[in-house]
Amino acid sequence: MAHHAPHPVNAGEIAKPNTAWIWKTFWIITGITMLEFAIAFIMPSSTLRNSIFIILTIFKAFFIVANFMHLKDETKGLIWTIMIPMSLLIWLLIALITEGNAIHNAIF
Amino acid sequence: MSTISPTTQAVPNSALDKPRTGTWDGGNEPFNASYGKLMMWFFLLSDAFTFAAFLTTYGLIRHRYLAYVGSPEAFEFSSAYWPIPEKVFNSFPGLHGVNLPLAFVALMTMILIFSSVTMVLAVEAGHRFDKKDVQKWLLWTILFGTIFVSCQAWEWSHFIGGTDEGTLMNDGTRFFGANLAMNQYGPVLFADLFFFITGFHGTHVFSGICLLVYCFIATTNGTFEKRGHYEMVEKIGLYWHFVDLVWVFVFTFFYLV
Repeated sequence: MAHHAPHPVNAGEIAKPNTAWIWKTFWIITGITMLEFAIAFIMPSSTLRNSIFIILTIFKAFFIVANFMHLKDETKGLIWTIMIPMSLLIWLLIALITEGNAIHNAIF
Repeated sequence: MSTISPTTQAVPNSALDKPRTGTWDGGNEPFNASYGKLMMWFFLLSDAFTFAAFLTTYGLIRHRYLAYVGSPEAFEFSSAYWPIPEKVFNSFPGLHGVNLPLAFVALMTMILIFSSVTMVLAVEAGHRFDKKDVQKWLLWTILFGTIFVSCQAWEWSHFIGGTDEGTLMNDGTRFFGANLAMNQYGPVLFADLFFFITGFHGTHVFSGICLLVYCFIATTNGTFEKRGHYEMVEKIGLYWHFVDLVWVFVFTFFYLV
């Protein structure tokens, strides 16, 4: 592609693309996905396996949000504004899974 | 000429000319982000709650049913227990009757992750005011997004159509595939949750594609160039990455766990 074509507004050179960090993040996310896929077949289903899946998923989420969505470049205030409400979901998850187990015990 | 309202003269001009820029007058930007970007973040936060509610509901309902115990090889579909995903999602387009557990969904995941990479490349090109690169990467993103939605359409049609054998139901009839009231894979709610969660996500991908098409047209017309920044690509990029992020969680909770 014509990286050096003069820009009509800037009228200067277009800067060289700086994409090494994007590909690095991509390979990390791909690697984690491959690992998850391998674990799904190597390990029998258990609470330990599910915990590993959830931890690896949170790793992937971190790389997507921090690098691709540039949240790590935002101010601390914005980072906390997003992260603190998200932490409420941990409580939601624990509460509803417990509820599900309670219904299960009442039926079976 | 002579009938100017006296009020306009009563206020000294110097008081009107300057916008107020004090800390409590809006002159302070604690987040150092534009209005549009901030609102996109807050929208995504609310959307994250919606998807989290869906996935947590899946967790609740799954724990409410019996789990399948025994080897995966001996697994058979039954409404008595929750199905294991590698036995439900084991087909691949064009390879009829071949057992390929989770292969197609792994491919879909990679396509969506790759579309996220091309999106971030478009945003990066926008920072450099490289119109041609923005166009190129937006087109790649639209292509991968469309492939993903098409894959999902195939997955849905296969899920609805069912396997060759079907499942023997309690009333002695054989049932093939799934609808909202009945399915061959397991409890009724399993298919319902599949339709709602992947359907809601697919709708998001479709909206994202529409936004990207708009972005491509505006880039081609030079709208962002005239505006002096490609922030719209960044904002739509945030949405697109979020859709990818949700799929990462759907992949884990629906297909792996």
